[in-house]
Amino acid sequence: MNNVFVYCELEGAKVADVSLELLTKGRKLADELGVKLECLCIGHKLDGVEKQVLPYGVDKVHVFDAEGLFPYTTLPHTSAVVNLFKEEQPQICLMGATVIGRDLGPRVSSALHSGLTADCTQLEIGDFDMKVKEGDKMVDKHYEKQLYQIRPAFGGSIIATIVNPDHRPQMATVRDGVMKKEILDENYKGEVVRHDVAKYVPTTDYVVKVIDRHVEAAKNNLKGAPIVVAGGYGVGSKEGFDKLFELAKELHAEVGASRAAVDAGWVDHDRQIGQTGVTVRPKLYIACGISGQIQHIAGMQDSSMIISINSDPEAPINKIADYVITGTVEEVVPKMIKYYKKNSK
Amino acid sequence: MGYKIIVLAKQVPDTRNVGSDAMTPEGTVNRAALPAVFNPEDLNALEQALRIKDANPGSTITMLTMGLPKATEVLREGLFRGVDSTVLLTDRALGGADTLATSYSLAQAIKKIGAYDIILCGRQAIDGDTAQVGPQVAEKLGLPQVTYTEEILSISNGKVVAKRHIDGGVETVEAPMPLVLTVNGSAAPCRTRNAKLVMKFKGAKTTTEIAALTDEAEKAFYAQRPYLAISQYGAADIDADPAQIGKAGSPTNVKAVKSIVFTAKESKTFSSSDDDIDSLMAELIASNTIG
Repeated sequence: MNNVFVYCELEGAKVADVSLELLTKGRKLADELGVKLECLCIGHKLDGVEKQVLPYGVDKVHVFDAEGLFPYTTLPHTSAVVNLFKEEQPQICLMGATVIGRDLGPRVSSALHSGLTADCTQLEIGDFDMKVKEGDKMVDKHYEKQLYQIRPAFGGSIIATIVNPDHRPQMATVRDGVMKKEILDENYKGEVVRHDVAKYVPTTDYVVKVIDRHVEAAKNNLKGAPIVVAGGYGVGSKEGFDKLFELAKELHAEVGASRAAVDAGWVDHDRQIGQTGVTVRPKLYIACGISGQIQHIAGMQDSSMIISINSDPEAPINKIADYVITGTVEEVVPKMIKYYKKNSK
Repeated sequence: MGYKIIVLAKQVPDTRNVGSDAMTPEGTVNRAALPAVFNPEDLNALEQALRIKDANPGSTITMLTMGLPKATEVLREGLFRGVDSTVLLTDRALGGADTLATSYSLAQAIKKIGAYDIILCGRQAIDGDTAQVGPQVAEKLGLPQVTYTEEILSISNGKVVAKRHIDGGVETVEAPMPLVLTVNGSAAPCRTRNAKLVMKFKGAKTTTEIAALTDEAEKAFYAQRPYLAISQYGAADIDADPAQIGKAGSPTNVKAVKSIVFTAKESKTFSSSDDDIDSLMAELIASNTIG
């Protein structure tokens, strides 16, 4: 009871990276709270799935294995999670801020009347004080060991810490790559429970049919790239991005973008870096014409070295940059290509 | 056969254009500095609704928004594009709501609107980016949901076939009506205003505003034109449980909000001159950072 739960996302029988990252985070939170870490694996043909998750320090794996549970559809997965949670009363539930997590999380939170915070960038345990109404007067109430759900908000101009003091579970979604996965113990011993799916999921839940499905491997390797060349609104155009791709090719780098550049339609959505995109930790991050809103910084601040190219010497991103080049992207990027070629010979 | 469609829309501060005046000196958000706009993905949802209406004569679209009275601006924008009727849900008691309390309030308003086949809304709003309200409304109404919709492909025999975005790909799903669909920003953009509809609906006012009119000629004008009335609901009209709306109905609490102060690093600065870029690239190669 009152343990930390992670919903593990599955593509076929493979557990998603984001779920393993959350298991590592979940393990730390569980240790801090002195409780157990449990996870859910819901899908089909899941024999041996526990081998993928136990090394991350999972004490109990709940397996729901039945035809109709893969591919994911909302209602059966919701019922499995909600009905299990009614029995288990978890205090924390973490999910990936993926398409599935963002489809399932709100549904579960609504059914359980629990709070959910999307796209957290940090999760911590701490105390919370609040004034509450008791009869006619307001009194101070102290809550111990709450989950701090920390996320940029309001277009990234502020960082908010959210708590859900009176409702359980405390739910949060986290994007792929935000937390780091770490194997705790290859031989970690945990319990595996195979549930009778029909007990948790009514047959009436299987109403949405997936009639066609195409999943391709990611087109870019932004998350694992050692060098990222990222463009923002200052790149100015789709053609401007061609130059960034050229520089990236020379440096064996991947191209990323800020939300502004993605919204402008200059580059594919899957290259967006930031709180609502990909989180990267390259050894070199070259920010081209990116002003540096928090929601972007949240996705690249752990880069080992940052170069900022910006016509505005006061651009916020310059404050966290190791090298600042004051100039337009249009002028600087071709020169970088030219002098890279010259110096690398 | 026509369908009864409800579109949920939200007026949001335009967080895409946050300028330096967006924060007050105290570090709080200066909402006044941000223009209020029609949440972009709700416009994509509206377009899907209008396409259903075009293809299925006899269909009707009701647009519902919850917010301050000023949010009637988005309802008028809906009317200008082909929405048939509009509802403003506004009440101080609904303020301070998180996504769950908002969803409960919207679901109660939808129950009051009555019959529906399809509920459409944007995937998420740009002021929160949570993508929670669509699925939570669906849960409150006990309906199936299709999130991240790119396009509604067909509607027949009580079923909607839609193409939706998934991580790393696309899938096509078939779901029974009534249902909730949330629509992606990459779906078809919304059509522009129709000039005739602008002329017809530009004077649309809420039922509360119309009831408060004192000028006899104006009263008569609106009495003759019921289509100009935007229905206004408050908490009492939607039979809301006080424990589930506003702050009281919100499980989440904001513990702290802080504006960001970057810890300034010692940075080396360069100009865009050839000499500077040349020496920078040489330095990066020498340190094995690149190359």
